[in-house]
Amino acid sequence: MQVPGPFEYDRAGSVDQAIALLERRGETARLIAGGHSLLPMMKLRLADVEYLIDINDLHDELGYVRIEPHVVQLGALARHRELLESDELAAVLPIFRDAERVIADPVVRNRGTIGGSLCQADPSEDLSAVCSCLDAGCVIRSSTGERVVPMTEFHRGPYETAVGDGEMLVEVRIPVRPYSSSAFEKVERRAGDWAVVSAAAAVTLSRGTIVDARVGYAAVGPHTVVLPAVSELLRGQAPGEHLYERAGALAAASCDPTTDMRGTAEYKRHLVEELTRRTLRRSVGRIADGGS
Amino acid sequence: MTTVERPPTRRAEEIDNDQHPVGHGRMLRKEDPRFVRGRGRYTDDVRLPGMLHMAILRSPVAHARIVSVDTSAAEAHPGVRAVITGEALAAQGLAWMPTLSNDVQAVLATDKVRFQGQEVACVVADDRYAARDALELIDVEYDILPPVVDARHALDADAPVIRDDLEGKADNHCFDWEAGDAAATDAVFADADVVVSQDVVYPRVHPAPMETCGCVADFDPVEGRLTLWSTSQAPHAHRTLYALVAGLPEHKIRVISPDIGGGFGNKVPIYPGYVCAIVGSLLTGKPVKWMEDRSENLTSTGFARDYIMRGEIAATKDGKILALRTNVLADHGAFNGTAAPVKYPAGFFGVFTGSYDLKAAYCHMTAVYTNKAPGGVAYACSFRITEAVYLVERLVSRLAAELGQDPARLRLANFIRPDQFPYATPTGWVYDSGDYAATLREAMRIAGYDDLRAEQARRRERGELMGIGVSTFTEAVGAGPRKHMDILGLGMADGCDLRVHPTGKAVVRLSVQSQGQGHETTFAQIVGEELGISPDDIDVVHGDTDNTPFGLGTYGSRSTPVSGAAAALVARKVRDKARVIASAMLEVAPDDLEWVKGSFQVAGDPGRSVTIQEIAMRAHGAGDLPEGVEGSLDAQITYNPPNLTYPNGAYICVVDVDPGTAQVRVRRFVAVDDCGTRINPMIIEGQVHGGLADGLGMALMEIIAFDPEGNCLGGSLMDYLIPTALETPDWETGFTVTPSPHHPIGAKGVGESATVGSPAAIVNAVIDALAPYGITGLDMPLTPSRVWEAMQGHPTPPI
Ligand SMILES: Cc1cc2nc3c(=O)[nH]c(=O)nc-3n(C[C@H](O)[C@H](O)[C@H](O)COP(=O)(O)OP(=O)(O)OC[C@H]3O[C@@H](n4cnc5c(N)ncnc54)[C@H](O)[C@@H]3O)c2cc1C
Repeated sequence: MQVPGPFEYDRAGSVDQAIALLERRGETARLIAGGHSLLPMMKLRLADVEYLIDINDLHDELGYVRIEPHVVQLGALARHRELLESDELAAVLPIFRDAERVIADPVVRNRGTIGGSLCQADPSEDLSAVCSCLDAGCVIRSSTGERVVPMTEFHRGPYETAVGDGEMLVEVRIPVRPYSSSAFEKVERRAGDWAVVSAAAAVTLSRGTIVDARVGYAAVGPHTVVLPAVSELLRGQAPGEHLYERAGALAAASCDPTTDMRGTAEYKRHLVEELTRRTLRRSVGRIADGGS
Repeated sequence: MTTVERPPTRRAEEIDNDQHPVGHGRMLRKEDPRFVRGRGRYTDDVRLPGMLHMAILRSPVAHARIVSVDTSAAEAHPGVRAVITGEALAAQGLAWMPTLSNDVQAVLATDKVRFQGQEVACVVADDRYAARDALELIDVEYDILPPVVDARHALDADAPVIRDDLEGKADNHCFDWEAGDAAATDAVFADADVVVSQDVVYPRVHPAPMETCGCVADFDPVEGRLTLWSTSQAPHAHRTLYALVAGLPEHKIRVISPDIGGGFGNKVPIYPGYVCAIVGSLLTGKPVKWMEDRSENLTSTGFARDYIMRGEIAATKDGKILALRTNVLADHGAFNGTAAPVKYPAGFFGVFTGSYDLKAAYCHMTAVYTNKAPGGVAYACSFRITEAVYLVERLVSRLAAELGQDPARLRLANFIRPDQFPYATPTGWVYDSGDYAATLREAMRIAGYDDLRAEQARRRERGELMGIGVSTFTEAVGAGPRKHMDILGLGMADGCDLRVHPTGKAVVRLSVQSQGQGHETTFAQIVGEELGISPDDIDVVHGDTDNTPFGLGTYGSRSTPVSGAAAALVARKVRDKARVIASAMLEVAPDDLEWVKGSFQVAGDPGRSVTIQEIAMRAHGAGDLPEGVEGSLDAQITYNPPNLTYPNGAYICVVDVDPGTAQVRVRRFVAVDDCGTRINPMIIEGQVHGGLADGLGMALMEIIAFDPEGNCLGGSLMDYLIPTALETPDWETGFTVTPSPHHPIGAKGVGESATVGSPAAIVNAVIDALAPYGITGLDMPLTPSRVWEAMQGHPTPPI
């Protein structure tokens, strides 16, 4: 068994208390949610944590999945499994079920949280790609109040986020638009493995034309990527295979994957192309009446 | 003689598993209640009063000279009882130890480190945390040396010499080995219509047992006794080696292998950690526990494979295979730790002629040292037969493709025929029995082979990539005989003791050690079959040198071929003794008695009989026993096998490849095995299922790779992938039965068959699927990336 180095441990009883503890201990403190990213790093001694604040008791406060007419609100402590199993969520944002089915395994999904996933800022994190393409806002709270940072600005680099000392992510807020849908595709070497590449797409139609579309990718660069150029290309066009092909080619040319044990850069670039086509096709196919 | 039996339907099988046979047959495993209730007792469950914990400091680099080791800060760390360095061991003459292949390996490095993860120092402390924390306080200064990572360049003139510890060593050559007749083989090749050659890489993989290696060493300074609980597949052999190396008297050493959470060959060698824990206990006078963590297991303990092979096959133009020729470059890592009988440095790779009737064959192998972890263990490979089978089965399928023939029919036309047994192969093995065509035909029947080929043709027209792969194999398992096979001078023969208690219950003691194979059931069934005693009434004792007879342990599928024979024969000895006692009880001559499973009857008078239980009571009871019978009902034996047993199998795999992403899905897998007499079919199926999953893992995802600096890229289960239930199809198993003529009950080993046979079936299936792309060869692991690159015409080699 791998064992972590010595650390202090506290359980927060409320969000305010967690923030107070974070403020008091500054950068030596770390929150622990599901622990499925942080604990392995501590055991492998890649993360040196002096003070751990356990926020799992805040599940009542922050574990919600709320579907409102124009917005979906996901509490930072909503667990992978809750996102997977929510039929209401799947009805408006089917991309979550697509993604959650292929994130890790049931043991990890039982504990891992959306907040932890986004805050881990791993370039391969699937939910980051999902939230990026959905134009999500990250609600960050401190003792002085809340601010909302768009997903595109949330990640500052690999393993770095916009969450500062004395702050925590409390909610992920996703706009819901009519005649919209979304889809997620992932290629992995084995079930539960991190993505070789994963792709997320969200499309809004109006009278047979794409009025808005976004694509996001995991594992193709230093952090999860959205490609505004692809949105540009898609906007105002009628959906169809030819368009998806052009979008795929543009996406492949715009990303910057590297060669590693999961695959060569060339293969990953090919996957970006292939999965872009597949996710756009599925997203459009899911918009019930073609957006008319 | 072969019987093809139709396997029962799945539902019927499940019902069957619950039977209580008096002997062979389906029954649930006797050991499982304790495992499923969490009451197994593994090495890490051993907790002794005052026990200390050990952690090992490992080299962060692949090759470096050690300039200095400063342990002062670690020694001052709270809870630390001892810090041991290579220098301290050297003072006791313990810095180096022999490997299973007569090489030497550093226990703790003194001069250099030779692979990333090598043991440099260790800390013994009050708890695991203190021991681990103190490691970070040990200051080692390394003088980095260039590493040898690619085996292909190990013998380059300017390659750094890894083993400068060996007197006069000026290169990285480990050994050369050959088998077969080179000249005769060359002559056949020269005249052949068709010669096909193929480069085949079998990358380095790791057994990755669920339980890592470890031990608890408890030296009693008053009695001078050492008790060692350890994760050992060979407790007796380990005890003798500890006696020889450490100079402790053998009768004062007790090695206990409690429940073991998987071995696959990983737990055959003696690792530096065991020796360090023993030294730790000697130094502190307290019991010392050492359990590896996952990364230590993956990066430092016995790996498997790592063969770079070139094979050639010669045939007539109508598809009669004539000869095989092969050249192998074997990467043995920094120390030659191969676990194989000493006279077989390449294990049983000589069986690479497979199931085919050949005119000639020749193999040459060069083994080299590299800056990688030592090992070369039998990862469910029957001493390198996995590599051999993989090579020949890739070659035969390649030949079929070249000739435009069906790979199954080409095999049927080239198999050794049943009337040719015993069959002497061109490389010196004598196969005992088999009906290879019957086995393959059964696999083709279950698979619906012709329908699959028709489906494939239809799908190809639609641009879909479906492939069908065939692999047929012959294994050689059950080492010795002792005159040919030994491990460091210890002959490969195994003892067995049997005692029937007065009430007719029995205890059988074995020298082999289960790591999950179900010995407590199988061996009770073997004895039960011979004595007519219910397996539930027979206790199986194993894994404790104080309580079991000497023998070489479990690996290379040898338990049933060797100890299974011993168990049957010792039971027959007891039965012979019982006959004499029964004759006195029934007042007839021993020859007038007939054995009817469980009792002796007077021939022609079934009304007069005594049961084995009655005989057992009499053997211990009041009253005189017949002359020459001393009393009690027990016997012991050491079984020296006359030959190996040669199980065989025929596997057919169906895959679909996604043309867009190049992901491989194994849709179906049919495995027909012939392991001779089937003792417990349920356990056999379990072994086959596990081995198939193993094989699928190697074919699709497993690899221990290294970067150019020699850093191991497979050091956690995040990087070293092993398959899950989601990748594995619903295995379809079948069987034929061709008993071994020389085994007392006709049984052959089956523990490794599926691991040996399955990778080639999967890889052949993927190559078959990609035929439209002109692909004829592809190396494991078949990750989506490598398959896609092959489809583009330029696959990256795995190593
Ligand atoms: C075997 C395995 C396989 C996996 N496979 C995948 C996969 O295929 N795809 C995938 O996307 N992920 C995968 N993961 C990661 C998994 O999704 C993790 O659960 C997730 O990355 C982190 O969530 P967590 O709640 O466990 O976070 P933790 O480990 O608890 O925390 C992660 C980081 O986020 C910080 N943090 C947590 N919550 C907050 C908050 N509210 N505010 C501010 N900071 C916070 C922590 O301080 C820490 O730095 C896998 C993990 C494992 C162990």
